[in-house]
Amino acid sequence: MTGAKYRHLDALENQSVYILREAHRKFKRLAMLWSIGKDSSVLLWLARKAFFGHVPMPCVHVDTSYKIPEMIQFRDQKVREWGIDLIVGQNKAALAAGKTFPNGALTRVECCGLLKKDALQQVIEEKDYQAVIVGIRRDEEGTRAKERYFSPRDRNFEWNFKDQPPELWDQFKTDFDPGTHIRIHPLLHWTEMNVWEYIEREKIPIVDLYFAKDGFRYRSLGCAPCTKPVPSQAITVAEIIEELRETKVSERSTRAQDQESEDAFERLRASGYM
Amino acid sequence: MSSERLSVADSLDEAFLSSEHRALRVVIVGHVDHGKSTLVGRLLYETGSLPDGKFEQIQTVCRRRGMQFEWAFLMDALQAERDQNITIDVSQIWFKTRRRNYVIIDAPGHKEFLKNMVSGAASADAALLLIDAHEGIQEQSRRHAYLLSLLGIRQVVVVVNKMDLVNFDQAVFNQIEANYRDFLRQLNVQPLQFLPIAARDGVNLVAPDPKMSWFEGPTLVQTLDDLEQPVPPADLPLRFAVQDVYRFDQRRILAGRIESGTLRVGDTVVFAPSNKESVVASIEVWNAPQRSAVSAGESVGVTLREQIFVERGSVGIHIDQMPIETNRFRARVFWMGDRPLSLAKKYKIKLLTQEVECQLASIDRVIDASTLEASAAIRRTVEKNEVAEVTIQSRGPLVMDNYDRLQTSGRFVLVDGNDVAGGGVIFGGVYLVHKQVKSANITWSESHIRYQDRVERNGHPGLVVWMTGLSGSGKSTLARALEKALFERQMQAYVLDGDNVRHGLNANLSFSPEDRVENIRRVAEVSKLMADAGIITVTSFISPYRLDRVRAREIVASSGVEFLEVYVSASLDVCEKRDPKNLYRKARAGEIKGFTGLDAPYEAPENPELVLETGQESAEACLERLLQFLLPRLRVD
Repeated sequence: MTGAKYRHLDALENQSVYILREAHRKFKRLAMLWSIGKDSSVLLWLARKAFFGHVPMPCVHVDTSYKIPEMIQFRDQKVREWGIDLIVGQNKAALAAGKTFPNGALTRVECCGLLKKDALQQVIEEKDYQAVIVGIRRDEEGTRAKERYFSPRDRNFEWNFKDQPPELWDQFKTDFDPGTHIRIHPLLHWTEMNVWEYIEREKIPIVDLYFAKDGFRYRSLGCAPCTKPVPSQAITVAEIIEELRETKVSERSTRAQDQESEDAFERLRASGYM
Repeated sequence: MSSERLSVADSLDEAFLSSEHRALRVVIVGHVDHGKSTLVGRLLYETGSLPDGKFEQIQTVCRRRGMQFEWAFLMDALQAERDQNITIDVSQIWFKTRRRNYVIIDAPGHKEFLKNMVSGAASADAALLLIDAHEGIQEQSRRHAYLLSLLGIRQVVVVVNKMDLVNFDQAVFNQIEANYRDFLRQLNVQPLQFLPIAARDGVNLVAPDPKMSWFEGPTLVQTLDDLEQPVPPADLPLRFAVQDVYRFDQRRILAGRIESGTLRVGDTVVFAPSNKESVVASIEVWNAPQRSAVSAGESVGVTLREQIFVERGSVGIHIDQMPIETNRFRARVFWMGDRPLSLAKKYKIKLLTQEVECQLASIDRVIDASTLEASAAIRRTVEKNEVAEVTIQSRGPLVMDNYDRLQTSGRFVLVDGNDVAGGGVIFGGVYLVHKQVKSANITWSESHIRYQDRVERNGHPGLVVWMTGLSGSGKSTLARALEKALFERQMQAYVLDGDNVRHGLNANLSFSPEDRVENIRRVAEVSKLMADAGIITVTSFISPYRLDRVRAREIVASSGVEFLEVYVSASLDVCEKRDPKNLYRKARAGEIKGFTGLDAPYEAPENPELVLETGQESAEACLERLLQFLLPRLRVD
């Protein structure tokens, strides 16, 4: 048992490990999404907990080509260190045609749709994954708050949020029609605070961008053109935790694509976004 | 903002100020439009838990839609929810008081979305049941309470909302409390508190209000803070549900979760249903301190000293705290599927990590969860949103507990096609005290011919038809007739008869209670071997004790063949008049002691696969019914 200070994290960890093991057992063609952000880094860590130091499934990074360069360096270093089977997905066609927001050709939400959602869809189809593990949390945003641990997507990758399967007593939906697939969300019950507390407790390496430099740090990591750093002096995980205790600003408020319209994020998610 | 008001809880331990305690999970349920989402929104506002700008954002959205400020929009994030002003799916949101952190689960109140309500409520530590003071108790107020009791949620607070609509009238509140208490009593739900509030205006959420000076109870936040955090059941019997077996770095690790109880290094653990035992060699961890014991709620990895066959679905237990093992059991189920739960269909049951095909053997009672009335008609289906008591028969043995003994191993879901469509809790199962555990040194010798090969050659499976009933009820007559009928159909059938077995195999046994138990155990073991050899084995024994028949079922089911209990029923009068072997006459004359039905009990089956009333129907008619029941089970797909 770990120190009393972080004992509340044990229950969260146990639940996530249980879900990861169910996923691994139930789906032969399974992958984990790794955005290089803090949440999916915690997810990767939990997988190593669940499988005793191993990561028995490939990790998919959807690279929009607009990621902050430090993220890619961090990724490549950890892939070597932890022996990860990395798969990089990219919507090359859209990039070649210049169909992006930074080029001025698309809105932010349209750009996310092509470079993230469609790129993910392409990898899933190409590799024929039945299920993808994703590190989203309920406290991030209203539609994610309504998610299931095992969340089916139809043939067109659409999320039918109006008719989700019942999920009780940790008995998950693990049977589905051919052609459909499952998103698995082992971090759903964690909060942003829990994620940082766990990073602190476990000493999980994370990309430096989360720590303050010249009075600013990133609270949520996305593509460079659409993610703003927040004013901060926090240079250690403990200081980030202190800062979060005081803040009343929501985490995704620094992600510009969410703010385009009332239902921007819902529509993006319904059509297959993480 | 009323954060100063929260100072009521200020005297509590400073440690609670941080997030450093597990959040209490509270579900809010009740009838549609009774104000659940509004309550959550206002509660977040009153406790200062809203992120900056959220209030203004909702204000803007509402203005754009040309409506009054709508608290519910904080939770109802979906467009369809906002357009129709209802909650469609369950939502979870975090907030904190001075005492602790909470996860508030906002469940939909519309009947159509009951499966979403169940998804939210199943994981809750406590529930707030909301009732609109103006509308009073409605259909879902009752149905949700029933489901909370099935889901095993013991901490229930009843919140009477919209008191402003009834001018904060005490009489209205008292009337609702009286009526609803009455209803909850029938469910064995004991509400911790009845609370009057007006959520929209924040009345009695964090501070008492002069408008209801007649109410002397606590505020909602005080009530929440008084709830208890349930403790994982570490002191109860061990149930270690095996999820998977890994081979990593030359170790064979059993991965799974301790559902209840505690497991220590050095413990002797029996794995049901194969009932092989071994000793725990180590508890495996990664990037964590070494462990010598793990307990309820933990996801663990374990290695064993002796390598025995363990697979997903096995349940690790301690020998002195055995679970129930059976392929036939009673349960209360709630059905959420669009297609009805039906007698004729096959389903998959998932219980802990066990998964096996099953079928309803009977629908014993269908209950209207909103009135608690049982349906008068005999039913062949259970419709969506109904609750029923049923008997379930599974293809293989399942390890389980009664729900009132151990929650996690006493509940299951039913899968219809690809969809989880029902949940259930087990009741009335029988625990056996004695248990044969196989020594690790005795192994099962595997034949080169598989059971399946025999099934293919014979064209039918082996199984056991266990006939029970009073002496003279017609067991032997029917068993012989059945054997002949099957033989004439080119099937392999054989009758094990009480008298014949006592001539040889059981010649050393008397009719004392202990020897009767052993008699039945041996017959069950022989039946199992014969059925495994592909033979339709028909037993004809009085087998008067329920416990013995349960044990026989367990023995037979452990090899994966079907066990069918047939109650050959006739009144004592009828049997005594028949008295084919003159036994009743001798017993009445005092020549036989301990005769079943006279001076020894007969415990009739509570839930047999088939009942044949030989006192009312002819032997031919009974045989016909027996064949109709049996032949479909002998088909090979």
